[in-house]
Amino acid sequence: MTAEIGLAALWLAAALAALQLVMAALGLARGQPEPVAAVRPIAIVQGALAAITMIALIALFLASDMSVKLVVENSHSAKPWIYKFAGAWGNHEGSMLLWVTILGLAGGAVAILERRLPERTLIATLGAQAGIALGFYAFLLFASNPFARISHAPPNGLGLNPLLQDPGLAFHPPTLYIGYVGISVAFSFAVGALITRDVGPAFARAMRPWVLASWVFLTLGITAGSYWAYYELGWGGWWFWDPVENASLMPWLAATALLHSVTVLATRDGLRAWTVMLAVVAFSMSMIGTFLVRSGILTSVHAFAVDPERGAFILALLLIYIGGALALFAARIGTVRAGNTFEFVSREGGLVINNLLLSVILGIVLIGTLYPLVAASFGVQLSVGPPFFNKAAGPIALALVVAMAVGPLLRWRRDDAGALLDRLIWPIAATGFTGAALVVLAPPGVLPLLGISLAAGLAVASILPLIGRNLLRTPLFTWGMVVAHLGIAVSLVGMACDSAYTAETLIAARVGQPVRVGPYVVRLAGIKPVVGDNWSALEARLTATRDDDTIVLRPQSRFFTDPVTATSESAIATEWDGQLYTVLGQADEQGRWQLRLWWKPFVTLIWLGGVLIALGGALSLIGRWRRERRERRVVVQERYA
Amino acid sequence: MKAKHQRLTLALLGVAAVVAAALLAMSAMKDQAAFFYAPSDVQRQGLPLGRAVRLGGMVQAGSITRARDGVTVHFVVGDGRATTPVTFAGITPDLFRERSGVVAEGQFNRDGSFTATNLLAKHDEKYMPPELAGKMHETKTLER
Repeated sequence: MTAEIGLAALWLAAALAALQLVMAALGLARGQPEPVAAVRPIAIVQGALAAITMIALIALFLASDMSVKLVVENSHSAKPWIYKFAGAWGNHEGSMLLWVTILGLAGGAVAILERRLPERTLIATLGAQAGIALGFYAFLLFASNPFARISHAPPNGLGLNPLLQDPGLAFHPPTLYIGYVGISVAFSFAVGALITRDVGPAFARAMRPWVLASWVFLTLGITAGSYWAYYELGWGGWWFWDPVENASLMPWLAATALLHSVTVLATRDGLRAWTVMLAVVAFSMSMIGTFLVRSGILTSVHAFAVDPERGAFILALLLIYIGGALALFAARIGTVRAGNTFEFVSREGGLVINNLLLSVILGIVLIGTLYPLVAASFGVQLSVGPPFFNKAAGPIALALVVAMAVGPLLRWRRDDAGALLDRLIWPIAATGFTGAALVVLAPPGVLPLLGISLAAGLAVASILPLIGRNLLRTPLFTWGMVVAHLGIAVSLVGMACDSAYTAETLIAARVGQPVRVGPYVVRLAGIKPVVGDNWSALEARLTATRDDDTIVLRPQSRFFTDPVTATSESAIATEWDGQLYTVLGQADEQGRWQLRLWWKPFVTLIWLGGVLIALGGALSLIGRWRRERRERRVVVQERYA
Repeated sequence: MKAKHQRLTLALLGVAAVVAAALLAMSAMKDQAAFFYAPSDVQRQGLPLGRAVRLGGMVQAGSITRARDGVTVHFVVGDGRATTPVTFAGITPDLFRERSGVVAEGQFNRDGSFTATNLLAKHDEKYMPPELAGKMHETKTLER
C-alpha cells in the first residue's frame, strides 16, 4: 500500500509541476491575474507531494518491504535501522527521488518566503523550477521507478555495499543534493530575471542567500566526502581526483565564482551578464555532476552499472536544460543593460580575477573528467589520473591564493596600487619568513613550500580587514569572509604538510615486534575476533609509543555476509600535530600480520579548514538575513510613523 | 572606460580563461595522461616505458603468490588473449582475488612485467570498471 501511495504522489507531483509550468507561461505571456495567482500555491503543494513520495520510500526501506524491487536490491532485513533509513537514497532511483524532493521543497520555500522580487520575476522563477523538476519526474516515472514491485519476493534482500554502511556516508548524498538544488534555484532566478528583463541588484539580492546556502552545503558535503574516503578506503589519501569527487568539486568551483560575482551585482550593480552566465554554468555543472554519478558511466565506488538507457535519458535531459539555458541567455543577454563600470585596480577587478582563475580551474577539471569519456566513445581507452590534475590545476590554485590575499584589501570602484602595496607588507613578510624558515628547518618540495608560505601570507592578509575596527560592530558578513578565507589557508597548510612530510611504513609484523613510523614506535600486541551487527571481524590491538606516551589503536579487517564482502576499517589516532593512521592487512603462513602505518603531520587541518570555510559562509548568510530583517523593520516603522 | 568597452573586455577575458584552461589541460594531458592498457594492448603497441599507466584485466586463477617479506604480492593479469606478470608491495584491496577484475596503477619494466603502486579491485558485485566492461562479459546479479 505504501508503495502505491508513493507512486500516486509522484504522478500527482509531476502533473502539478506541468500545471505550474503552463500557468507561469500563461501568466507571463498574457498577463492574466488568475494563472499568476495559482502558481504560488501549486508550487507549495508540489513540494509537499514530493516530500510524501520520499517519506513513502523511506517507510518501505524501514519496514524492509521485500515486494519492492528497490528494497530487495539495496537493503537487507538484518541491517541496522540507520542504514535501512539511509539506504533509501544509497541507490540510483532513491537518490534521484531525493533530488527531486529537495527541489520540490526548495520551490515551495521560494513560493512562501520570497517577498522582495517583482511578481512577474517570481512567477518566471517558479516556472523555471517547474521545468527542471518536470524532467526529473519524467525520468523517475519512465526510466527508473523507485516503487516498482517484484514478482517473487526473496525473504531478506541482497544488502547494501558495506563500504557505504557508514554514518558519515549516510548523510553525504543529502548534503550534496541540497547544494546542487540550491544552485538550481539560483539558476531559476537567473532564468526568471532574463525572461522579465529584470537583471539588477534586486535579483542578485534575492538569489544570494540561495547561492550562499547551497555553497555552504556543497563545502560541507565535499569535506565530509573527503574524510570518508580517507578513513574508509584505507589508502591514506584524502582526494583521488575520482570522477565522482570531481562531480561535486565542479559545481563548488562554479558556485564559489557565482558567490563572488553576485556580491558585485548586489552591492555595486556591476557584472550583470557575467553573473547570469555564471548561474547558467553553475547549474550546468550540477547537472553534469548528477549525470556523471547517476548514469553509471564512471569507474567509481558510487556509480552502479545501470543500463545505458538511463544514461541516454539523463543525457537528453542535460542537453535540453543546458541547451535551453544557453539559448535563453544568448537570446536575452543583449537586452541586459551594462552595469556600473570600475577601474582594473579595485575590489571589482579583484573579484573578476578570482572568477577568471576559478573558471580556469573549473575548465581543467571538466576537461580531465570528461575527456576520457569522449575518448572512450571513439574507442580510445584513456584514464586521466591525479598527476594530470595536480600539474595543471596546482599552479592556478596557488595564483588564486595570492588573489584571495589581495582582493579583500582593495577598495570598491578604484584603488591606488602604491597604497595597496603598503597594505600588503605584513602578508608579504609572513610569506617570506615562513618560506625561509621552512627551507632552513625542513625543506619540502617546491609546491608544498609555496603552499605553506602562501598560506601563511593568506592567513595574515585575511585577518587584516578586522584590524583597527570595533570587532563587535563589524558586520557578520565581513566576519564570514575573514573566516572562510582563513579556512582556505588552514586547509592549504594541511594539504601541503600531508604531501611533504608524511612518513609511511609497510611491514609484515610478528606479535610484539617494534615498528618505527614518524615519531612513533608501534607494536602489534595481539589479534582477536570481534562481532558486530551484521559483520564479524579480526581486530588488531596496536600500541603506539612516543616520548613515554602510549596510545592504543584497533584497526579491523571486517567480513560481511550479505553481500559477501570484506572491508578494512582503519584506526586513526588524532594528536595536536597530526594523525597516526593504521591499517590491518592479511596474515601469512608464518603468523605475521601485514600492517600499513602512516604518520601524517597536520593532516587534520585539511578538514578543519573545510569546516571553517562552511562556517564563514553560514556567518555571511546569517549576517545578510539579520540586516535584511532590520531594514524591513525600519521600512514598516516609517510607514506607521 | 565606457560600459560597452568594459563588457567587451570582460567577455574577451572570459574567452581567454577558457582557452588558457584548454591549453593547460592539453599540455598536461600530453605528459601525464595515464593510458589504460590491457595485456594484449602491450603486444600490439609495445611497452609504454618511463611513465605511469594503468593495467587492467582478470587476475589469473592460481597466479597469486606472496613473497617472503609478507607484503609483496606477485600475480598475473590476463585479458583472454595475453597475460602480464605484476608485482605489488602493499595491502591488497578487500576484493582482490583470483578470477576477478583488477586495475593496477604503476609502471611497466623493460622485461614486460609490471610494478604496481596501487591496485583497484572490483568494488562490489554490481560494479565493473568501464575499462574492463568493454573487454569482458558483465554478470547480472538479478533477472531483469
